[in-house]
Amino acid sequence: MRAPKSQRNRSKKGIHPRADLLLRLQLESNPEALCLVRAVVQCAAGVVRFQESDSRAIVRSVDEALANVIRHAYKGRGDLPIALTCRRLWSGTDAATPCGLEVVVTDSGVSANPKKLQGRSLDDLRPGGLGLHFMKQSMDVVEFSRKNGKNLLRMVKYLAPSTPEEKPEGE
Amino acid sequence: MEISARQSEGGVIFDLTGDIDLAHSPAMRKVLLVEIKEKHTLKVYLNLKNVRYIDSSGIASLVEGLKASRDQGSRLILYALSASVREVMELSRLQKIFEIYENEEQALSS
Repeated sequence: MRAPKSQRNRSKKGIHPRADLLLRLQLESNPEALCLVRAVVQCAAGVVRFQESDSRAIVRSVDEALANVIRHAYKGRGDLPIALTCRRLWSGTDAATPCGLEVVVTDSGVSANPKKLQGRSLDDLRPGGLGLHFMKQSMDVVEFSRKNGKNLLRMVKYLAPSTPEEKPEGE
Repeated sequence: MEISARQSEGGVIFDLTGDIDLAHSPAMRKVLLVEIKEKHTLKVYLNLKNVRYIDSSGIASLVEGLKASRDQGSRLILYALSASVREVMELSRLQKIFEIYENEEQALSS
């Protein structure tokens, strides 16, 4: 279940009253490691108390993100570094209530072609090109950026039913 | 992931167990394409009851198998999808493209 549009729009500004680190992983771009990452990310989603279907959505998105790094940024090489962090986001209105999970994936591979980040039409029956579609369908925020020679992918999933975030300062 | 094969009337059943992800989808793809394109098996059944997870590379392998089966005039039949696999099929809008059945009995009698 996706968070309301108003909440997703606000989140694009990347402003959250409070976030605490749940998980920081350093791994190599080895496909055999993906099952381990899925297991720990599922646990992280459980800590934030996502429903089962939303936990699966988060796990799927992280898995697809890492698979894209391995296949595209690192061209299939299995020995290059990937970093992953998961942060629990807290509601601004209720300090005791988590409102979502932020996942950031960082790699040092080649930057993605912006055209390929648009995904493809599902009407076209052919293998490939579905990973980005899965991420965008499953998460409330999916943002790509490049900083200091590294690719950053930030994804956020909000708990549903939504807990309104505190308005960013100045609004 | 483990793949084991059983013969059935007019075809072969592959029992898949585990996760079909980037590490393991190439093995499934190879098994499927050999069965369809080289052995020319008319009905290829995939029992997905024990598949906990499938990613986009797994879906891509299934689509490749489906295309090969259409080219060969054979059938690729899926059954016993878990909630996780069914969700991915729906996200891909492929649930109506593939032949999918609830269980083995229904699949074999189709």
